[in-house]
Amino acid sequence: MTLSKPPLWEHHGDRGAKFTEFGGWDMPVEFDSIQTEHAAVREDAGIFDVSHMGQIHVTGPDATELMQRLTSNDVTRLEVGDSQYAVITDEAGVIIDDTVVYRLPDEDGESTYLFVPNAGTDEAAHERWIGHRNEWGLEATVDNRTDEYAMVAVQGPNAPNLVEAAADESVTDLGRFEAMYATIDDVECWTARTGYTGEDGFELLFPWTKAEEIWGAFDCQPCGLGARDTLRLEAGFVLAGQDFDYESNPRTPYEAGIGFTVALETAFVGCDALAAVEDEGVDEQLVGFQLIDRGVPRHGYDITNTDGRVIGTVTSGTMSPTLDQSIGLGYVPVEYADPGTTLQVVVRGRSKKARVETTPFIDTV
Amino acid sequence: MSFDIPDDRQYMESHEWALEDDGVVRVGITDFAQDELGDVVFVELPDEGDALEQETEFGVIESIKAVSDLYAPVSGEVVSINEELFDAPELVNDDPFGDGWMLEIDADNADELEELLSAAEYEDQIA
Repeated sequence: MTLSKPPLWEHHGDRGAKFTEFGGWDMPVEFDSIQTEHAAVREDAGIFDVSHMGQIHVTGPDATELMQRLTSNDVTRLEVGDSQYAVITDEAGVIIDDTVVYRLPDEDGESTYLFVPNAGTDEAAHERWIGHRNEWGLEATVDNRTDEYAMVAVQGPNAPNLVEAAADESVTDLGRFEAMYATIDDVECWTARTGYTGEDGFELLFPWTKAEEIWGAFDCQPCGLGARDTLRLEAGFVLAGQDFDYESNPRTPYEAGIGFTVALETAFVGCDALAAVEDEGVDEQLVGFQLIDRGVPRHGYDITNTDGRVIGTVTSGTMSPTLDQSIGLGYVPVEYADPGTTLQVVVRGRSKKARVETTPFIDTV
Repeated sequence: MSFDIPDDRQYMESHEWALEDDGVVRVGITDFAQDELGDVVFVELPDEGDALEQETEFGVIESIKAVSDLYAPVSGEVVSINEELFDAPELVNDDPFGDGWMLEIDADNADELEELLSAAEYEDQIA
């Protein structure tokens, strides 16, 4: 399989980045060091190439209804320039993907949306939208613009200053999850106060061919997917394909700790099943934990109770650069989910003491 | 990118180096290996007195992004470990051939060192 390359692939290589395959894309994983990049985002600012994320554009008379029936959150709450986190679920309420839905300015008088599915899932999302549109007889245009749009994230406490200085328009009045078009270096960018690092910052969407201009407009630490992973984990954010996976680890939003994305009154696909789950409660849920003993938890390691019985699995784990502690996420039966509960994680054959913690692991915006 | 490969020692294909002095072999990992791993956050080493066999696992090194086994370049008894690495694992990144050393083995048979790679051979391997 040929890997897709982000528009700045060569530029990143020249800068000395190391690359990794992620969702069918050859992406920079590390520019300098994960700790250096991580610290820059927590203390100052960093810039990420996230052009591997999908971009699906939806407009037309029934665009709102199509979005409402295929995403879990309530899109009718979105004014132009608003966005929301949501999940895409199947009939059983199992998460297929998570996404951010942006409401763009109306096009031809019709409500218009852009949603951002995970890397490598854009084609499936596009097919799902087209299939349901046709089945339901809705009038909406659905375009997969993943190859047309690049995306960068500028994140960190100093990120708003940097974006404000780079843009022709003032963007710092935007609240969290608000967005507007702003011009940076003559390029019109959809400039959204969103991100997945736990810090303040912006995500910019703009034409693929303009990537060098936009990347070059910011003088801050370039960051790769390695730092993105440690940052999102400290913030307690789940990663598709790792903390839930439609094939290998099917989970409902309630199990995955993102039940806040579910607006049951909106009658989306999977909503009846999720209403029942909400009513009955879940058997297992994702918890954050900290390792008390020395070691680093990794995806796939067993979680046991203090008697050594396997009760769950680590889905994400790392040494937190901010806390200098080993942290992770994993699914355990609800009776083990209370913060303070003692667990064990089997690290390369040895049981290490762990404690359930509240997430996020650090204070975030 | 070029990496330091001092020619005063031998190398393993698995990226450990071995520096012999009067029958005692000091062991660490190479500059190339520490760069591949990235930020080292944890090193697990054997106890002093443990007996090691050549090419068998003696410990574990973990960076933020990866975990790797460490292999003994020679058979023998562990006579010293670098306990500083428990508190400062980043020494492996900062000075892999010096302060980032891991352990010293009293070699049973120093001839085993001849089975390892020279600096030039190791350089070819990572080229």
